[in-house]
Amino acid sequence: MQASLSLSLSLPPAAPRSDPAPTVFRPSALRFCGLRREALGLRPLRPAGSTWVFPSPARTPSRKTVAAVSGNGSPSKGFDYDLVIIGAGVGGHGAALHAVEKGLKTAIIEGDIVGGTCVNRGCVPSKALLAVSGRMRELQNEHHLKALGLQVSSPGYDRQGVADHANNLASKIRNNLTNSLKALGVDILTGVGTIAGTQKVKYGKVGFPDTEITAKDIIIATGSVPFVPNGIEVDGKTVFTSDHALKLEWVPEWIAIVGSGYIGLEFSDVYSALGSEVTFVEALDQLMPGFDPEIGKLAQRVLINPRKIDYHTGVFAKKITPAKDGKPVLIELIDAKTKEPKDTLEVDAALIATGRAPFTKGLGLENINIVTQRGFVPVNERMQVIDASGNLIPHLYCIGDANGKMMLAHAASAQGISVVEQIGGRDNVLNHLSIPAACFTHPEISMVGMTEPQAREKAQQEGFEVSVAKTSFKANTKALAENEGEGLAKLIYRPDTGEILGVHILGMHAADLIHEASNAIALGTRVQDIKFAVHAHPTLSEVLDELFKSAKVNTGVSPSSVNEPVTV
Amino acid sequence: MAGVGQLHLGTPFLPSASIRGRSSGGGGSRRLTTRIQAKIREIFMPALSSTMTEGKIVSWVRAEGDKLSKGESVVVVESDKADMDVETFYEGYLAAIMVEEGDVAAVGSAIALLAETEDEIPLAKSQASSSSSPAASPPAAETPVPPSPSETAPEAVSSPPPSPKSSQAAVSSTHPASESGRRIVATPYAKKLAKDLKVELGSVAGSGPMGRIVAKDVEAAAAVAAAAAPVSSVPPKSISDSAAVKAPASPAIQLGTVVPFTTMQGAVSKNMVESLSVPTFRVGYTITTDALDSLYKKIKSKGVTMTALLAKATALALTKHPVVNSSCRDGKSFTYNSSINIAVAVAIDGGLITPVLQDADKVDIYSLSRKWKELVDKARAKQLQPHEYNNGTFTLSNLGMFGVDRFDAILPPGTGAIMAVGASQPTVVATKDGRIGVKSQMQVNVTADHRVIYGADLAAFLQTLAKIIEDPKELTL
Repeated sequence: MQASLSLSLSLPPAAPRSDPAPTVFRPSALRFCGLRREALGLRPLRPAGSTWVFPSPARTPSRKTVAAVSGNGSPSKGFDYDLVIIGAGVGGHGAALHAVEKGLKTAIIEGDIVGGTCVNRGCVPSKALLAVSGRMRELQNEHHLKALGLQVSSPGYDRQGVADHANNLASKIRNNLTNSLKALGVDILTGVGTIAGTQKVKYGKVGFPDTEITAKDIIIATGSVPFVPNGIEVDGKTVFTSDHALKLEWVPEWIAIVGSGYIGLEFSDVYSALGSEVTFVEALDQLMPGFDPEIGKLAQRVLINPRKIDYHTGVFAKKITPAKDGKPVLIELIDAKTKEPKDTLEVDAALIATGRAPFTKGLGLENINIVTQRGFVPVNERMQVIDASGNLIPHLYCIGDANGKMMLAHAASAQGISVVEQIGGRDNVLNHLSIPAACFTHPEISMVGMTEPQAREKAQQEGFEVSVAKTSFKANTKALAENEGEGLAKLIYRPDTGEILGVHILGMHAADLIHEASNAIALGTRVQDIKFAVHAHPTLSEVLDELFKSAKVNTGVSPSSVNEPVTV
Repeated sequence: MAGVGQLHLGTPFLPSASIRGRSSGGGGSRRLTTRIQAKIREIFMPALSSTMTEGKIVSWVRAEGDKLSKGESVVVVESDKADMDVETFYEGYLAAIMVEEGDVAAVGSAIALLAETEDEIPLAKSQASSSSSPAASPPAAETPVPPSPSETAPEAVSSPPPSPKSSQAAVSSTHPASESGRRIVATPYAKKLAKDLKVELGSVAGSGPMGRIVAKDVEAAAAVAAAAAPVSSVPPKSISDSAAVKAPASPAIQLGTVVPFTTMQGAVSKNMVESLSVPTFRVGYTITTDALDSLYKKIKSKGVTMTALLAKATALALTKHPVVNSSCRDGKSFTYNSSINIAVAVAIDGGLITPVLQDADKVDIYSLSRKWKELVDKARAKQLQPHEYNNGTFTLSNLGMFGVDRFDAILPPGTGAIMAVGASQPTVVATKDGRIGVKSQMQVNVTADHRVIYGADLAAFLQTLAKIIEDPKELTL
């Protein structure tokens, strides 16, 4: 327990990687599961009035917002804008939308294309590829089809068609994002943004930031780029990162995936469904180190062992040489602990999925005395930027991958909304423990809050009990109707108060199912209360219904949750 | 191919229902099987699923010296499917743990000793230390091992549903030969297959890019190894050959060691010796295959396989010679079998099995080809049901794909005849009009039970078969 606990604490699960990245990752900040040290001490329910827990401001559809706020407001006295956001990724976009809703005159600076990593090189195109891989998997599974009484002859795919689907999806979402910004009247300023001083931003071509604007508040949302450890030569053809892989220019017969976190796992799902054989290279002693150990174990049984996948754990890829002159891609493996040479792999391609590094160079942070920590911009729990001497810099915030708190698109957006709330005078601290995460393999994996080892450590420190409840998809009617009974949902909670500490799901549509749990955590709903909520039958959501019902809480229904009589 | 088709190939082919049935016969489900040795009992690795061959000890719930009462969880075992709590059926003291946490033991091998009284603990301990390593213990194939997961086990909830496709264990992440200087490069699937088919990768030549070993190399190696068995004509010798199937030319074999038969090898041996009681004889024939080859080329794209074509041709010939499709079991009478079921020998998991194409004379060639593909897939996945491999009335054994030009086969007990098919090769032949030409020809050789099938019967049968193959339009009707 102790060993796995320290593993998941020291390794940023959001940034799956096999090689240590001493120059990139801040050990002090935990990403992904929302387990920052600060967050661990954060009580989910603060006294009302002083802090908002999670203001769940539903993102208003853009047209309606236009009608409501009639444009982008007018700036405060003496400033060009109320708010300037550097970076038009999902984080910047979420912040901009909320800012306009709050009546702030807003500009967003983008040096590349709107949408950032998620839309153009990340979550969005990868979902297109995974949609294809999921269907391929179903069509190739003769046993499964036969059980359903279906007959399909020789399923195949057109690689270019698959690649086009991913590309088309990315451009469609990018256009949606751009249009929603334009429709709201957010000024999209093209160029690379640099902090010129307090409340001052310059932007323009790289190296020539010739236009200066002033803003009452500034948000840095510059995101991240794939992290490539030293010794790995990326040629973009046979050795590449997710940026290239998402274009699906070819499907190698044998691909090594360095790093078995989310990115690696999703790509293994895509490549193995399209016919590749996959070899994982993982620095830690077990695959999928970021997951709850029990989920990780099941995931290995379901997603790795039955497929054409093998793995090397406890090894670093010390050197990777791209294929050339008729030679294959060479991967030199060394023991992660002893650094002794361990093995050499000869493969057709290598995907480097060792996590992501913040993209904060050239931001002019030195102009205002900010020292990045391995590239990450230091912030407090309100995303306010901290300077070299530990003081808060007024009017400057940093959200998303650039601060490294939790490297997820929707976390960045939530942080942006939280910042806009503060700018508007409403103090707000985002509860990162309520932010769900998902891995879109087949079946999917999702989680929110703490893993069991993390919860048990906290319980030991703070002296409370932890209980675990589990339900299986095998018992769910809808899952069985789909012939997808493989899966597990796991609830980690306090039996004394009914507080939900974490929920982990592996199974069909897990990524969509997690929100009942994440919302419960965000709103402070207790197990003993949510178990009375009704779920439609037969649906997969009953897996969570069963989960909550199987929990044993030693306290009654919360007084506040007694339902008011409703007319029927 | 010699009668292997009638074998029960160890546990993988036992339907799990029958295992359950046996265990429940004892009244109350026994969780741990124990062998009684005075008052010290061995605790065995249980079979938690029908495909489980070995289990990993996740954790010992109880420690050495603990007193155990009936039904108590003792150990958590990880099978190919799930982690399960395993309970003891006997009271006593956990005297000695023989397989530590994290270690793997074969199903049926002893993992701990249970002493009835505290006084016997030292005795049990000394017994444990004197016994050999757990992995070397003989698998208790005869011991009924209940696979039913414990109802009270908390882990049971998390166990995924039994999925036959997920039965492979994790693949070792090390190259087996990297230390000896000669590295083996094999793809992940090739490694998995090698483990499943018990093929030693060091003996496989790679045909993939840069000479790497790919899946089809392993499959071919397994097929060669399996096909090596029936080539020898003397039954006792073929037993030793089939023992070699497991690891052909494996560098890991220690020369000079005596290796006991596995369950399967024992069964092969028994069947081979049994075949000696049947008086057999052999008749060979050379058949020109040009017409068959061109037909094959034409309909190959429709999924038709050569195996299906040969089976179909054989079945059609058998309709005209029912005596060749008969069988004699008691030495006093014989049976004209009502249907023509062609068994075809294939290599599987280091051995042989003979999936059966039922009513091959009646089923059209396309359906027959599909059926064949399905049977082979099932055989590889170890999902063949007994009725799919043990009701053949005539057996085909084809080594043609390896370039073997002629061989003979041992008659599987309980059937009338088996036909060994060699490779079709371009041959210079003199034609009836006195010219010399090149034709593709193959040699077939039928072994038959002379108690019921005589030389003239086989000769007539082979003549009919040759006619069908040399003018194969009947095959696609």
